Amino acid sequence: MIGRRGPQNGKRALEFPDVGESDEPLLVVENLHTSFRTGRGTVHAVDGVSLTVAAGTTLGIVGESGSGKTVLARSIMGLLPVRDVIKSGTVHFAGHDLTAMEPDQLREIWGAELSMIFQDPMTALNPVKRIGIQITESLRLHLDMDRKEADATAVELLRSVGIPSPEQRVRWYPFQLSGGMRQRVMIAIALACAPRLIMADEPTTGLDVTVQAQILDLLGKLQRERHMAVILVTHDLGVVADRADEIVVMYAGRVVERAPTRTLFAETHMPYTRALMESIPRLADPSGTRLQAIPGRPPDLIHPPKGCRFAPRCAFAQDKCRESDPPLRTAGSPDHLFACWFPLVHGTSTAPSASASASAAGDTTIDPGPVVQSP
Amino acid sequence: MTKYFIKRFLQLVVVAFIISVLVFLLVHLLPGDPSVTILGPNDTAHNRAILFKQLGLNKPLLQQYTTWLNAVFHGNLGQSYLNHESVTHIVATGAPIDIELIVISQVIAFAVAIPLALITSRRPNRAFDNVSTTTTFGLLALPPFVIAPIMVAVFAVSLHWFPATGYVPLTQDPATNLHDMILPSLAITAGSIAVYYRLLRSDLISTLQEDFITMARSKGLSNRRIMLRHAFRPSTFSLLAAAGVNIGALLAGTFIVEYLFALSGLGYSLVQAVQQRDYLVVQGISLVVAIAYVVLQFIIDFLFTVVDPRVVRE
Repeated sequence: MIGRRGPQNGKRALEFPDVGESDEPLLVVENLHTSFRTGRGTVHAVDGVSLTVAAGTTLGIVGESGSGKTVLARSIMGLLPVRDVIKSGTVHFAGHDLTAMEPDQLREIWGAELSMIFQDPMTALNPVKRIGIQITESLRLHLDMDRKEADATAVELLRSVGIPSPEQRVRWYPFQLSGGMRQRVMIAIALACAPRLIMADEPTTGLDVTVQAQILDLLGKLQRERHMAVILVTHDLGVVADRADEIVVMYAGRVVERAPTRTLFAETHMPYTRALMESIPRLADPSGTRLQAIPGRPPDLIHPPKGCRFAPRCAFAQDKCRESDPPLRTAGSPDHLFACWFPLVHGTSTAPSASASASAAGDTTIDPGPVVQSP
Repeated sequence: MTKYFIKRFLQLVVVAFIISVLVFLLVHLLPGDPSVTILGPNDTAHNRAILFKQLGLNKPLLQQYTTWLNAVFHGNLGQSYLNHESVTHIVATGAPIDIELIVISQVIAFAVAIPLALITSRRPNRAFDNVSTTTTFGLLALPPFVIAPIMVAVFAVSLHWFPATGYVPLTQDPATNLHDMILPSLAITAGSIAVYYRLLRSDLISTLQEDFITMARSKGLSNRRIMLRHAFRPSTFSLLAAAGVNIGALLAGTFIVEYLFALSGLGYSLVQAVQQRDYLVVQGISLVVAIAYVVLQFIIDFLFTVVDPRVVRE
């Protein structure tokens, strides 16, 4: 069994109180902004994102390509390059402000308390290093294991992620493994030091559908066994639908809707979230059913459109949507946030022009609720 | 793995055989003939015929080839038509000079280029990188025949740090030998530094963009470990290939430097033999150099498999 080890020989300078026991969330991100300076102008990739993750839970971050979800994940980790990147906001992880940390301090947390699973197992493993060494190097660095101990632990880790005959496989190179096996190796690397939080950035996008489910189930099983929190970044709402406790929907660098998973699916308020749901293929659909793609493309993040950033692609957009930016607010349940002037209610828009059909549905009123946060 | 090397080795044998044929024919394809070299242009046809018979040049070509090859296998490369010096002896005294020049210059080139590339590639286009890149570009534009006289003028004539010419075999007096060989080696090394540095730098910069480097960072590894253990090895392909070509070109290709420093290495002896139409010397040195080149490429191929285990699969 791989257990967490306490600080050894005073080598670890940072103290980690076991926040899993307290009410304090494991991760608190507040008003995070990340921009890139480019030749064309400043790209506002992450624009005022706030979120929290409690110990042992799963947060899904969902959005199209270019919605800023990968940049968000890397900003939270602090993994982005310093040059030409402008960051503001705070990231508190287990009581420490990651944004205020020196690189040396971050390196103590990376891999040990907070680790990352990358999208493409073909490119995220070093092609010229044996997989065993890629696992043991963080064990030896963070847990001060000797070579023998680390080797034995690597074999156990490979076994726990379902790799057959791990004693031989530790000596293999990534190119000798299939895509699914490589992703299992990557999970083993991320798990190695028993972190509290794993950032999984599109962990199954490069894999075929059957392997996808296996990998996600494996991740879920290990998460429960080890009481880890997981941030699951994906473009596919279907992936997080039955795995995440809470879902954050991102559009153009902003959170546009955030709710516990069940609430989000039951009472979708944001037309963009609805559109994402409709783009999930369903087995029950008769064959030949066309998928509902979202028309248009995500906006230019150098010059984002005025008003609601989704308005140019929104079927229900009104003049107000194109004029002013909807703040993130609540309605009804306090843990359901959304940014829309005319939120959907039971799948029907509350926009004036859609009110006729909405009246027919028998429910037109919605309490806009207090503004929680203005962007 | 073993299969791969057996295959490679068989290729090497085949190539060596082809080289021996080409080197043998080379002499017969060159204009002029050995009798002119030995007897001068004004001797009689009768005397030439006698000489041809003595040298075995009247026999069928195939027989000449097998006789020569048989002697080569016994370590006898023949002797100079001019001064009857044994070609094997010329090679045996010349080769150590070439090898030493190449080893010293390449060790210096790698020792300068690799750390420089590792430092500058982490922060490309900053001041230090710009200075290094521009300087090496300048070095690239300075061929040995420009650098060598400048170095002699500065370090030998003005400062008296090193001798301008002179050679003592390594086995006889290692200290003096190294002292003598430093200037000629430096004259060769400049171009190598420039090529190795620029290739490694640009490969490192692109490797550092790879996901597996971000992955290594996310494990909390130090920058030093990431550069040395993760980025360096996958970035050495171009470097290795270039080293193979470059060192290959230096085999008997250092004749200008040898000439300037009065070293009778293989390159110098070869050029001289070609000028004097000293056929067997040309033939012998060409054979040795060509085989050395093939063996060098064999070693480079082996190093590719060390650097990247995927190579064996292909």
